[in-house]
Formats: sequence, C-alpha cells, structure tokens
Amino acid sequence: MSVKLTVVLLLSIAGTSILGTIVPQNEDPAAYFRAYGEFVYRLFDVLGIFDMYHSWWFQFLLLLLTINIVVCSIDRISATWKIVFVKNPSFNLSRFRNLSQKETFAGNHPPKALGKIYQPIVSKYFGYTRVEQTDQGLCIFAEKWRWTRLGVYAVHLSVILLLLGGLMGSLFGFEGFVNIPEGEKVDSIRIRNTGKIHYLGFEIKCEDFNISFYNNGAPKEYRSRLTIIEKDTPVYQKDIIVNDPLRYKGVNFFQSSYGKMPSNSTFKNETPATDPSGEITLNFTNRKSGASFRIKTVLGKPVDLSEGFGKFVIVEYIKAAEFRGQNIGEAYKGILTPTDGNPLDVLLPLHFPNFDRMRKGALVISVADQEAEAFNFGERSEQRYYTGLQVTKDPGVLVVYAGFIMMIIGCYITFFMSHQRVCIEIIKGKAKSRVIVTGTANKNKMGMQQRVKKLSEKLANL
Amino acid sequence: MSSSNLLSITTFIYGAAAFFYIAHLVFKKPLLGRLGTWTALFGVAGNVAGIVMRWVESYRLGIGHAPLSNMYESLVFFSGTIIIIYLVVERQYENRIMGAFATPIAFLAMAYASMSPNINDRIQPLVPALKSNWLIAHVITCFLGYAAFAIAFGMSLMYLFRQKDVEGKSSLIARFPKSQVLDELNHQMVMFGFLFLSVGIITGAVWANSAWGSYWSWDPKETWSLITWFIYATLLHARMVRGWYGKRIAYLSIIGFMAVLFTYFGVNLLPGLHSYGSV
Ligand code: HEM
Repeated sequence: MSVKLTVVLLLSIAGTSILGTIVPQNEDPAAYFRAYGEFVYRLFDVLGIFDMYHSWWFQFLLLLLTINIVVCSIDRISATWKIVFVKNPSFNLSRFRNLSQKETFAGNHPPKALGKIYQPIVSKYFGYTRVEQTDQGLCIFAEKWRWTRLGVYAVHLSVILLLLGGLMGSLFGFEGFVNIPEGEKVDSIRIRNTGKIHYLGFEIKCEDFNISFYNNGAPKEYRSRLTIIEKDTPVYQKDIIVNDPLRYKGVNFFQSSYGKMPSNSTFKNETPATDPSGEITLNFTNRKSGASFRIKTVLGKPVDLSEGFGKFVIVEYIKAAEFRGQNIGEAYKGILTPTDGNPLDVLLPLHFPNFDRMRKGALVISVADQEAEAFNFGERSEQRYYTGLQVTKDPGVLVVYAGFIMMIIGCYITFFMSHQRVCIEIIKGKAKSRVIVTGTANKNKMGMQQRVKKLSEKLANL
Repeated sequence: MSSSNLLSITTFIYGAAAFFYIAHLVFKKPLLGRLGTWTALFGVAGNVAGIVMRWVESYRLGIGHAPLSNMYESLVFFSGTIIIIYLVVERQYENRIMGAFATPIAFLAMAYASMSPNINDRIQPLVPALKSNWLIAHVITCFLGYAAFAIAFGMSLMYLFRQKDVEGKSSLIARFPKSQVLDELNHQMVMFGFLFLSVGIITGAVWANSAWGSYWSWDPKETWSLITWFIYATLLHARMVRGWYGKRIAYLSIIGFMAVLFTYFGVNLLPGLHSYGSV
C-alpha cells in the first residue's frame, strides 16, 4: 500500500481501459464472432472484454485502488491530524533563522514598541499571531491556513464517495425503458440488458407526444406530456423534453426515443415498421450539380454509381439508430466506396431525408420512398405516436454528487492553498532595531517568497 | 463581415504572433518580443469578437445558442484560451521566450479549425440532447483544462531541450527560462489544468445524468477523458508524494497531453457510435 502501488494501479486501469474503447462494448455476440473469428471471440468472452468495465478483473482493480487509498490515507492522516489540531502551534525559531531568503530593514523604535505596532498588521493578514521573547529582542510568529493540509484527504474521500455511490447505484438502482402510446398508461417497465419486467408501484400515462424539426431535417425537440397516476387519481403532471426529465418517488423518466403507431392496430413493440428484406429505392443527389437519380436495390447488394462515384451497398437495417445519443428511428447503414478513396460508413435514417447532407460528401444519399412521409410529420391528424422513455432509479446519485463537490473543493485547496508561516524577528540595536522577516509554506514556495517580500515592505513603511 | 471571416483573419494574426515570438527567440531582439505580445493581444481581441459575433449570428438565424457546440467552435475557444492563459503567464514571469512554444499551438489549433476540410464551420442548430446549460459549463471547463495542459506541454518541451544542453552550448537554449522556472510552471499549469479537467468531467457527468439518467456509461470519449485524468493524477502523485521533478515530470506531462489530443480528436477514429459526432 503505497504511492508506488497507486501509480501502478492508476496506470493499469488507464491502460486496460483503452482496450474497452477499441473493442466496442455490449454488442451482439454474433457480430463479435464475425469480426474477430472464433479463437479471439472465445478468449475475449472468457476475459469479459465485451463488457470489460463490469468484468471481475476490472472491478477488482477498482477495489484495490479503493483499499489502497483508504489504507494509505488513514495511515497518513493521523500524523497530519496531530499537526493540524494543536492548541498552541509551535514555531521553531532556528528553522526560520536558517532560511536562506530573508527580508531585512531597520526599525525606528525598540523591539517592544515595534512589536506593538506590527502585531495588529500581521494579524490582519495571518489571523493567528504570537509574540515571544528571544535572546536578542522579540519575535512575532504568525500563521494561517493550517487546515489546508487536510485538503488531499477530502480529495481521497471524494474518490471513495464516487466509487461507493456507483456501487449503491448498481446494487439498489435500475435502468430500464418503456414505450407508451399516446393516451395510454403503463404500470411496469423493462430492465435494460436483462429484459425483466419491473413494476413501478404507480402508473404513468402519456397524454401527448410532439416532435419538431429544424429546416434541415434534424430533430429540434421531443416533448411528452406525462401524468403520474396513483390508485386511479392523477397526482402529478409534467411535460418532459430531453435534458428535463420527470422525477417521482426516486424514479426518473427521460425522453429518449419515439415511434409511430401502426395505424389502427394494437401496439406492438417488436415489429419493425419496415420490412428490411424488401426492395429499397435510393435517391442520389450530386451536391454540385443538383442532379439526382434513383436506384433500386436490396440489403447487401452493391450498386454501381455513375460518374466515377464508386460503389454503394446497404449492409444493415437498424430499427432504432442513434445519432449523437439521440434515437433517430429506423435507418439503413451503408458503405460508400469511392473509386479513389477509402470506404466510409453512411447512415440513412428513413425519416430524415436530408440527414446525409451533414456528411458534406459529393453525393447526398437518401432513402427515396420515405420522403413524402417525412414531410408529413407536421400533420398529426391520424398518426399516433408512442414515446420512448428511459427509466432509471439510482439512489447512489446523491453520494456521487457529494463526491463531485468534495473533489472540486478538495483539489482547489490542495493545489492553491498552503499552510503559511511567517516569523518577524526584531533585534535590539544601539540606535535602531533590526527587523528580519522570513516565511515558509508547505506548497508553492516561490509564491510564499513574494508574500514575505510584500509583508516586509508594508512593515518597513509604517 | 461574418464571424467565420473574422476568425480566419484571427488565424493569420496568431500565425504572425507565433512568427514574432520565434523570431524573438532566434534574433534576441526585445522589439520582436513586444511585437509578439501586441499581435497576440490583437489576435485575442479578434478571437473573442469572433465568438461573440457567432453567438449573435446564431440568434439571427433563429437557432440561437452559445458557440460551443461542435468541433469548430470548441477549437476556436481552445485557441483563445491558450493565448489568454499564456499572456497571463508571460506577464507574471516577465519572459517572452516561452511564447515561441505556446502561441504556435494556438495557431495550429485555429488553422486546423479554419482550413481542415473535415471541419464544418457553419452554424448548426442544436439537437435536443445538446440543449443544456451543463453543456456550456462542460465545454468551457474542459477546454480551459486542455489549454493549460497545452501550455504545460510547451514548457515540458522547453525543459527537455534545456536538459539536452546543460552546458549552454547553444545560445538559443541559453535564453530559455531557468530549468527550475520551467519545471515549476509545468507543475502549476498541470494543477490548474487538472482542476478544470476534473470540473469538466464532473459537469459532463451531471449533464449526462440530466439528459439520459446515467452519469457515467463508459463511452469511449468518457473513458479517454478518465484515462487522461489518471495520467495527470499519476504525475501529481509522483511530484507531491515521491518528490519527482524535472525530466520525468516533463515526460509525464507530454504523455498527458497526447492523451488530451486523443480524447479530443482520436476518439472519433475508434469504432463505435461517435463516427459522426463532434462535440
Ligand atoms: C483515483 C484517485 C487517487 C488515488 C487512488 C490516490 C491514492 C493516493 C495514495 C494511496 C496516497 C498515499 C501514498 C502514500 O502514503 O505513500 C496518496 C497521496 C496523496 N494524494 Fe492521492 N490519490 C488519488 C487522487 C488524488 C488527487 C486527485 C489528488 C490531488 C488533488 C491527490 C493528491 C495526493 C497528495 C497531495 C498525496 C500526499 C498526501 C500526504 O502527503 O499525506 N490524490 N494518494
């Protein structure tokens, strides 16, 4: 348990974390199998690489880090505690006398009188002061911010709070989702990953769902009006948008996706609205000339593009594609291979025909059949939507937030505040007294020298 | 004139400032150093004006939001911050030689933002997830931190050059600030950067929690910012507990800045959902 181990742990956590950013996490096993081949797949599976931040060995590293920080800090804090909580701080005159940097000037009064003049000034800057007799006159000791020596333990405690809060969340919280058609209500949700049903203990109704778009087709706002119902009585209502969830009894409802209800049919969560095996008409527009052409294809069949634009193939149908963390609904994923360039991924959301313009490529690609529908978004006369809500409960959040605040304050104290001590020695002379100002700090020694200089100038000018 | 034009001009002003500082280092003329300072100040004025104009323009387009929403805007903010922090350091330490290692970084960032074909300088509307005040706090604090790390990186390079030539054979290097000063500045900048990186990660987590209900999801960008945090935490412990200084701290600071760059640019190259993204 030492800072050496800390460094080793910090660096091994950093190093292994990289792996989890190279290997996409929590994807479909079949996709991994295809991408890595059997051997690597099995190896990674055993080592938990596909969900590595929750694997036993990663959690073990985090646990070691926590134990290390706790043991080390407890070990050290008792020594620091004794320094910080003393009634009468002791000053070691010879240590101040041995400092190489001194500020010296002559005073016009005998030591006692000067001490009377200086003490209130020094006390204004430093708080604690004490005057002591010395063999050659007297000495004013002063200090401030002794308690800042505890700042680093605040930082370490904050790290522990973060890990503790995370643990509380994973033990006592949940993360799930639910889709609610407009006008309907539910009393349970599905837990993410496991797919288990979780009963809320109250009902939640979606009164209304609205979506608005910018001119370029990108979504502007999703808004759901939700009502909480307890024993058939509405108790709370709120419009939620992304970034402004509804919170009730520790459960949070976040706007996360939406979809259209098949007209006049009952709500089914699983059926894709589009048949991914059918024929797809693609629309290609030359960005420069504005000329456009259409080509019919099916999933997996490459099409040749004219004018040397290369090849395009649709490789995947995605039921709920994401863009910047937003669900943008159904989409095709394609690969465009220009004649003289590298292949690149192209995402074609069915409901946003202008989406591909953002790529700024020479050719703008869209799925043709859907255009008319997309422009009809405003008309909602018969179209019914469902709202997709992310539902979470995390009793650890408060602990984590307390850790956040503590970390910021603790880091500030540790970095920018120091325990500062000064000694103003006044030596009796024949006509005048000699005044020597010295000071030390446990951090930022250069800055302390500046402060000593300023204090000395102030006193010299009295 | 549009904000994009003004910011392009600012790029050239930063280029000129970097040129003056380097000329000052090479030719030892104090006048060149002063020119560097004034040009940099002028550039910052353009930079700030550009950001404000862009803000106003976005409101004119009816999609008003703080200009901190994409790669272009964050790079512009990053460059301005580097120059401001550098100018403060220059004033405090009364040394213009460091400018030759700080201002080129700002110039390169700005030039990349203005010239790279991969970067879109159009004002885009905000998608719903980005509509949050936490986003503004998040971007500002992250880039304050990154800017401080960039300067620490420059100081570390100077330190290493200095160590290569202890006897002072090269008259160029003899004009660098003392090793101790460079080392101290490196440490100060890392502490400043670390505080802001911490606040940046924290505001990001709070934002994620208010938008999606989970404050940490090990997404590659998050993970890389944590890796960066760990590298600098290692540096700070090595320094504060083990008393490391000098070369080893300089190397750690350089590695840390590489991690910053990867968090910023490299993450988009990783497989995953961020391939379109640039926040
Ligand atoms: C994951 C984060 C961290 C871990 C695991 C960690 C761990 C440790 C450990 C184990 C020690 C004691 C070393 C020993 O007794 O030999 C230590 C000391 C120290 N740490 Fe940290 N630390 C972390 C974050 C921080 C941060 C963010 C700061 C900066 C604000 C910091 C500042 C310090 C300081 C100043 C000491 C010396 C304490 C003393 O002299 O008593 N630590 N750290």
